[in-house]
Amino acid sequence: MKQVYKRDLERLWQTISEHFELYLPLEQDGKVNFMPWKQGENVNIDRLKTDLSPKNIIFPPTETYLKFRTVNKRLCFESVGGKNDKYVVFGMRPCDAASYSILDKVFLQEPIDRFYEERRTNGIIISLACSEPEETCFCSSFGIAADNPVLGTDIAAWDIGESILWQPKSEKGKKLTGILDNILQDTSEHEIIALERLQQSIREKLAQLPWVDLDLEIISNNMKEMFESKVWEELSKSCLGCGVCTFVCPTCHCFDIQDFGAERNGERFRCWDSCMYSDFTRMAHGNPRKTQTERFRQRFMHKLVYFLNNNGVYACVGCGRCVEKCPVNMNIVKVIKKLGGD
Amino acid sequence: MSCNCQKNVDSLIPQVAVIDSIRKETADVATFRIITPAGGKSFDFLPGQCAMISIPPIGEAIFSITSSPTEQRFLEFSIKKCGSVTECLHSMEIGSEVGIRGPYGNHFPVNDVLRGRDLLFIAGGIGLAPLRSVINYIMDNRRDYGTVDIIYGARSPEDLVHQEDIMNFWPKQINTKVHLTVDRAVDGWSGHVGFVPSYIKELGLANNKVALVCGPPIMIKLGLQALEQVGFKREQIYTTLELKMKCGVGKCGRCNIGDKYVCKDGPVFRCDELQQLPDEY
Repeated sequence: MKQVYKRDLERLWQTISEHFELYLPLEQDGKVNFMPWKQGENVNIDRLKTDLSPKNIIFPPTETYLKFRTVNKRLCFESVGGKNDKYVVFGMRPCDAASYSILDKVFLQEPIDRFYEERRTNGIIISLACSEPEETCFCSSFGIAADNPVLGTDIAAWDIGESILWQPKSEKGKKLTGILDNILQDTSEHEIIALERLQQSIREKLAQLPWVDLDLEIISNNMKEMFESKVWEELSKSCLGCGVCTFVCPTCHCFDIQDFGAERNGERFRCWDSCMYSDFTRMAHGNPRKTQTERFRQRFMHKLVYFLNNNGVYACVGCGRCVEKCPVNMNIVKVIKKLGGD
Repeated sequence: MSCNCQKNVDSLIPQVAVIDSIRKETADVATFRIITPAGGKSFDFLPGQCAMISIPPIGEAIFSITSSPTEQRFLEFSIKKCGSVTECLHSMEIGSEVGIRGPYGNHFPVNDVLRGRDLLFIAGGIGLAPLRSVINYIMDNRRDYGTVDIIYGARSPEDLVHQEDIMNFWPKQINTKVHLTVDRAVDGWSGHVGFVPSYIKELGLANNKVALVCGPPIMIKLGLQALEQVGFKREQIYTTLELKMKCGVGKCGRCNIGDKYVCKDGPVFRCDELQQLPDEY
């Protein structure tokens, strides 16, 4: 276990940024989001949740991955996706880091998505435990420990006040720790006690949260029964189909592929898409999901049943962003409770 | 020669291919023969599998491969004009270059379940395209399979695709019968008139065959009912489905039926398996 004193943080970031691209939670106009850091930026590591999830770092909102051109009637394709730059993300919350391990199950499954793989391999994630969990948090229901970053984490970190504790969890994390040897300090008994106290306090706060009792076990694992449940109509009544839940969700990963440009010269990109939109599944001969009820059902069935069946985990980390952003106050917690017979 | 600028390739990156010939099937269906710039087919596949064809800058669309895997010289796609990519394809000339990637999805079980069995093919309209790949594969390995019955229907005689195969080639093969039908009677048509599902019942075929069904969704649904009425079990029936697809490799998230992705776990489904899935296709 190492530590970095808060007075040395700027120097730590400076050193990291000499070797890597560095993403930090930066505050702009009151909103905090992970963005590439440079000196003088307004870093805010106290804000619990960034406005958007950091999935854009490994899965960009739009990514041009192919360039095409026609020369003398001959077509040529050039692969331009992915990213070679090595980078570090400092201060990601355990739920968001866990979402990376969930996205891995999609993109690193055969056939491996090479663009995603490149971004994922080149990144080092420093995950910061949540000293102050908020009312919209329900990560514990999905087995994520806010007091102990593990999933998707290369270095686990804890803010104990005067310093940030630093524990490498992976080979990549150990390497970065080596590079920062002259800034990171050793810890003593004092810090270990402080860590235990912090973890204890986090666990106590988690136990006080309104949704601490949210239990996934109440959901039936009978896919057809769930699909045909009467609750979808009622739950989806107020849904506007705006798609903000999919946009802010760290595990939503559906994408579209489009071409841009002219015949002689252009590019193909993929971009985030949303199962909440009516044209998502629309084909020349019709649409299997014609109503918002069907689209609403798809999103939650995917997260709570289909993804679990295929990958052994739920496609939700309980970050609570959808709870905060939904304009009609609908969210996955209400869905889970309702499905459970509430 | 095409250029050689591709680096370590992701599955989303197409290869260049050339339209070698275009055969007009109906007013809005044509069969495109596609080869690599150096000649030959772009990749090996099994009957029922699909490929993504791209026409920059219009985009990509997924199509079933209609030629047989035994055909080494080219890949064939029978494509109906019905959207932006297909409109553009239909306006292209021989020698034009397109992108192709694949093959995607599973295939009809030609190497195990279908071997030695009597087979019943049921197709409607352009739905003959994927089944033609199986049928011609079987014709090239004729001794490995039992009798073949092909029920094929379209709106009118002009809407029947692959006329050379259905009128001349297949009926001449041993133990092979072709049963054609059109929706409405027209002058000059002396064959059967009526919808495919009712024709299934009228023909009174033995129900110990394996049935392979492909057509418009309504024909598939009613065709399955008809098969069950004449004593087929769902375990004996295979069908192939189509939903909106972008990636073709089970990641873009839009072609799922329940927890199955049509691009990856399909497009071929055995009907008892399909019955376990939500009714959303």
